[in-house]
Amino acid sequence: MARSGGPDLVLTGQPGYGPTVEGPALVSQHGFSARYDLNRERGVFSRKEHDLFGESVVGVILIAPVSKGGIATSWMLREMASRGVAPLGIILHSTNPVIVQGAILAGVPIMQGLLPPAHQVVRTGDWVRMDPKGGTVEVWRR
Amino acid sequence: MPVRSAHVAADAEALRDDGIEFMSRLCSLGARCAIPTTTNPRSVDFERTAEVGQRPVWSERERSIVDAFDRMGARRCDTCINYQTVDNPVYGEHLAWGDTGTVIYANSVAGARSNFEAGPAAVAASITGRVPRFGFHLSEHRRATVRVEVRDRPSQRSDWGALGCLIGRRVNDYWKVPALVGDGLRPSADDLKQLGAAMASYGSVGMFHIVGVTPEARTEGEAFGGIEPVESFVVNPGDLADVYDGFQADVEKPDLVVFSAPQLSLNELAELASLFDGNTVSPVTRVYVTTSAMVKSEAERLGYVRSIEKSGARILTGVCFYIMAPHELAETFGYRTLVTDSAKLANIIAGYGFDPLFRPTSVCVEAAMTGRIPW
Repeated sequence: MARSGGPDLVLTGQPGYGPTVEGPALVSQHGFSARYDLNRERGVFSRKEHDLFGESVVGVILIAPVSKGGIATSWMLREMASRGVAPLGIILHSTNPVIVQGAILAGVPIMQGLLPPAHQVVRTGDWVRMDPKGGTVEVWRR
Repeated sequence: MPVRSAHVAADAEALRDDGIEFMSRLCSLGARCAIPTTTNPRSVDFERTAEVGQRPVWSERERSIVDAFDRMGARRCDTCINYQTVDNPVYGEHLAWGDTGTVIYANSVAGARSNFEAGPAAVAASITGRVPRFGFHLSEHRRATVRVEVRDRPSQRSDWGALGCLIGRRVNDYWKVPALVGDGLRPSADDLKQLGAAMASYGSVGMFHIVGVTPEARTEGEAFGGIEPVESFVVNPGDLADVYDGFQADVEKPDLVVFSAPQLSLNELAELASLFDGNTVSPVTRVYVTTSAMVKSEAERLGYVRSIEKSGARILTGVCFYIMAPHELAETFGYRTLVTDSAKLANIIAGYGFDPLFRPTSVCVEAAMTGRIPW
């Protein structure tokens, strides 16, 4: 879905991984781990205290400050992608190796360390185009 | 860069059918372990699947994974305490380990060097004997950046888990390295294991120092490399108690009491054996203890297994509770409230819809006997 007119915001940073994708943003102020936070059968946040509890990652660009926790996210993203319930893309302010390795194996575009930090300026429902190769993220306010 | 060994986390609960197919395909293409390779826990204890109430599909999936690892020539130890048992890390060596608890222990306690190598990345390292040269392989990333003054001294093992929880939540960044400073910090290997596992779980932290204890922090100056910390905070008296109090139940009866995450060492099993010996677990509560096959066989020889299991508690081998498809067990048995002395398990299990209660070991044992949560 193409947007008419220029973006309301452009975030810039280092290159990430994957092709350019666009879609609605789902923004958390908490961290993200597939094992810690998700019901992976459905791609829905199942951790009660998570600020995205009940929200679905399917078809969205997931934005959060950090990746958290264990190793398992690496296998899980790929498995979710194989069933079409993975997020379209992931933008974090700080990553750990697990989520990067997992996103690459799953073919899910991923970026980190943008300025201004994506989780601080993008709102859930904004339209986001992430260009990992160029290191830019364009945002249209909903 | 070359690494001495790989440790691979690849359980059925994480892999599901897609990951299993990936592993089988690698094997068919001729993938073989080029370096010593150990494995993290499985999702089932094959001997006790029916007793636990897991669906047979989990055993079938695990058999496929086990078959792939056997064909590759991995040392299938199915343990998250490889560092205490089968593959002790050595100062300065480079490793490709998965399971965050193993990595933080190797980096911090031994002074070995590893990043969090996710399952597929550790498999790749096992096949090639190499990893990308970044992160904790490089001295500049190992220096402490956060100063934590510990004024609330841990007095029992689970207190170290509470401390790890508190620091992990606060630091919350793989690229920050906390250094703990405080009088009288004298942790045992099991204390350090709880501290590290909790810090890695709550904050994705991959390395810590304790000044005067860990090998790259003989002095505060050495820990920080002469550079000012980017952040400092104090753990005040009462803060550790607050970590426990942060977990509350809305019911009086625990469905499960679990001693797991990481698997228990022989010393931890000995302690549980003395607490459970001669007592009986409440009929309304299930009690699980997890360990590795190697530790279990020693515990059997020394009589700890008998003391624990005679009470009604069950020791599961080669597994860790949170990877046993706990969401399905919750559905099948109506489990919701889980009491544990593992800060790490209390964190992860909430993602599977459980209400966790983190309490000291002796309180967990009391809950197991009485079928009531003491506080």
